Amino acid sequence: MHSFGYRANALLTFAVTILALMCAMASFSDNLNHPSPSSSVQVLNVNWFQKQPNGNDEVSLTLNISADLQSLFTWNTKQVFVFLAAEYETSKNSLNQISLWDGIIASKEHAKFWTHTSNKYRFIDQGSNLRGKEFNLTLHWHVMPKTGKMFADKLVMSGYRLPKEYR
Amino acid sequence: MEWIRESVDSIKSIQLRPTLSQAVNLGLILTSALIIWKGLICITGSESPVVVVLSESMEPGFQRGDILFLHMSKDPLRAGEIIVFNVDGHDIPIVHRVIKVHERQDTGEVYILTKGDNNDDDDRVLYAQGQRWLQRHHVMGRAVGFLPYVGWMTIIMTEKPIIKYIIIGALGLLVITSKD
Repeated sequence: MHSFGYRANALLTFAVTILALMCAMASFSDNLNHPSPSSSVQVLNVNWFQKQPNGNDEVSLTLNISADLQSLFTWNTKQVFVFLAAEYETSKNSLNQISLWDGIIASKEHAKFWTHTSNKYRFIDQGSNLRGKEFNLTLHWHVMPKTGKMFADKLVMSGYRLPKEYR
Repeated sequence: MEWIRESVDSIKSIQLRPTLSQAVNLGLILTSALIIWKGLICITGSESPVVVVLSESMEPGFQRGDILFLHMSKDPLRAGEIIVFNVDGHDIPIVHRVIKVHERQDTGEVYILTKGDNNDDDDRVLYAQGQRWLQRHHVMGRAVGFLPYVGWMTIIMTEKPIIKYIIIGALGLLVITSKD
């Protein structure tokens, strides 16, 4: 009952249980955080807008993305993954979500940012439906913790429209 | 030395009934582990409710050796979700983020494209020959939570199988020679 083996076993089991409990409490403490993020996006320029040889429309945009995501960070946050998606509907597809740009925010200081960029990922439709198309730009974020549950949310900015003609 | 002589003595003095009851105990432990595993599969709706991160393609968010908890619900797949999927013909699951979604009006069938956060290109090169999109039946689950470092045991045991055999051998010896 008092051998080294028994004592080591009891100690190890206790240590692992306490560690699991601490991870669960750390993750739970994230629920107490009520974030209030804000963001705005401007489409500065439509660089070009063509129909590809395979029949799909493609557009290239220059965007100004600014956001303040500092309130998302807690002590249990490892990083926040943020991306901007164009969302629109066509007659063929009830929903299309195309990620145009993404970034990783590693700390609270970098969470208030702006960036002036063209779209990182190609904005290609399944088909040729983009002329004059109205679309939303939604900023999505994904809070990745040091341990435990991950949280995701988004901010929808609407009222953007693509040109009626190719250029 | 003393320990070895005691173990040999205890193996020599094995009687039938206590040995059988020990074997039944071992069987009970193994089957309750199996019940817990299968129960998790039922609750989370995913064939593989826990996976180990094997590559650096999702750094710095997920490092090699982290474990991910998966859940599969009937909710539609949306951009930004971290999903685990199998490419036809490969059995190593890949954990990447969804960057494009096209959902059909008529059938509700969804066509998605994925990319690892730390990769420069999207995953089209990883899909099967001629495949440009993933669909719902390729997806094993969404990552909903994670624990760091805990998966290193699995990586070590897969990459150096000799350690797996040593551990199982030692555990087997412990079970046989213990007097409980």
